[in-house]
Amino acid sequence: MAQVMVVTSGKGGVGKTTTTAALGAALAQHGQRVVVVDFDVGLRNLDLVMGAERRVVYDLTYVAQGNVKLHQALIRDRRIETLFLLAASQTRDKDSLTEEGVERVIKELRASFDWVICDSPAGIERGATLAMRYADLAVVVTNPEVSSVRDSDRIIGLLDAKTDKAARGERMDKHLLLTRYDPVRAGRGDMLRIEDVMDILSIPLLAVIPESEDVLRASNVGAPVTLSSPKSAPARAYDEAAQRLMGVDKPVSIPNGRNGFLTKLFGRRAA
Amino acid sequence: MVMTAVAPATSFQFCGRSFLAFVLKPKMPIAEWIAEADKWLSRSPGFFTGKPVVVDVSGLLLSKDNAADLIADLGMRDIRVMGMLGTDDRLADPSLPPLLSPPGKTEFQVANEKPDPRETSDPQPSPVLTPASSLLVDSPVRSGQSLFHEGDVTVIGSVSSGAEIVATGSIHIYGTLRGRVLAGADGNAKAHIFCRRLEAELIAIDGYYRMSDDISSFLGKNVHAWLEDGALTIKALD
Repeated sequence: MAQVMVVTSGKGGVGKTTTTAALGAALAQHGQRVVVVDFDVGLRNLDLVMGAERRVVYDLTYVAQGNVKLHQALIRDRRIETLFLLAASQTRDKDSLTEEGVERVIKELRASFDWVICDSPAGIERGATLAMRYADLAVVVTNPEVSSVRDSDRIIGLLDAKTDKAARGERMDKHLLLTRYDPVRAGRGDMLRIEDVMDILSIPLLAVIPESEDVLRASNVGAPVTLSSPKSAPARAYDEAAQRLMGVDKPVSIPNGRNGFLTKLFGRRAA
Repeated sequence: MVMTAVAPATSFQFCGRSFLAFVLKPKMPIAEWIAEADKWLSRSPGFFTGKPVVVDVSGLLLSKDNAADLIADLGMRDIRVMGMLGTDDRLADPSLPPLLSPPGKTEFQVANEKPDPRETSDPQPSPVLTPASSLLVDSPVRSGQSLFHEGDVTVIGSVSSGAEIVATGSIHIYGTLRGRVLAGADGNAKAHIFCRRLEAELIAIDGYYRMSDDISSFLGKNVHAWLEDGALTIKALD
């Protein structure tokens, strides 16, 4: 059964694209067939983070408009056999995607992949609603600061109102992925604590990704962090998240400033 | 919300008050919009009966005759129009409803999201369709969501910053209240507000309101709020 997962946040710059790439690569490393789809038409980035920017010939818009076949636009990753990229158009405008087109592409992708990961653009406009429309589950990427948390809250509301799953009266599975978490600053009170974010958003925690230079370096060399530095703390946190998504019951690792990584069990369901 | 300006002891007294009304926004062509409205009304007959309704005619470029036809069409459907919004003096006529100035920032609508044209029924609970009953919401009310209900509202979960609940009855929040709640919104001074943890932006009963700055001593507490002698009173429950 294919799973369509949207990675979304409302706010920009919180780590949606990094998360899409890292989770996609981690799932593929576990043998899953994965395609990552960039919905950020006009401001595409996922191809850069995946290190495939020179290999994009056709993109999502071409396929959605029926101009080319899906397999012509899919770009296979050079490092992992089961990882594919469907890039966004950089030259068209955001209205070039239609609901019918996207629905058809997602349906086609479902048939040949285990995971379809949709990288949502920031905001709550058309691109973001199209990215979430046909999803089965959502990863809500949030930074531990108030504006990001409020935007995530808004997006969660939209996930419950404007998706196909919501229209069918089903409840969208939502997971919180906290990025750029710095235990020292959270301890000093300069940053929201994990408990505070969970209390406000009231969705289960999937992973906490510590603030790290490895993430920035990974984006710059064009490799998901789970591939470029697999031993790093963020890579391990993403890998755990991927396993949790695959149904492995694992406690969420919480970064702690002093001795690297401290494993601590968090309730699977938030209050 | 409420301005009460009572003149000193004379037989002629007046006061200004704000009220809640539904705002209808017809679209061109009017005939098609009326047909849509009929479809909607066939599912909720009598929904607007006896309720104050304001028509927003901005962007319609109606003549006086067109406007009179529209008002008459709505009247035939038991929709009594108390005023018109979004037009200049062109439509000022004693035979037409009075012109209203647009509301400052508060415009109460059933939901703030534009309904998806593909969905005939709202996936969110449609509280407004069950008159004068109590509504139970068993999920958090998220930022940007706006809920209007005739009757009492109970929320099991939190009300986020930037969310809003408007009820004609009382409001109970079994969670943290970070947004805005307006109870007794149609003039019910007997409405109450309860919440497990008060961190609200605004609470109001029957138009009497207090902002977060005026409730700072109750922040983080389990509280009960009600109207007493024209003042919004708050008491910590434990």
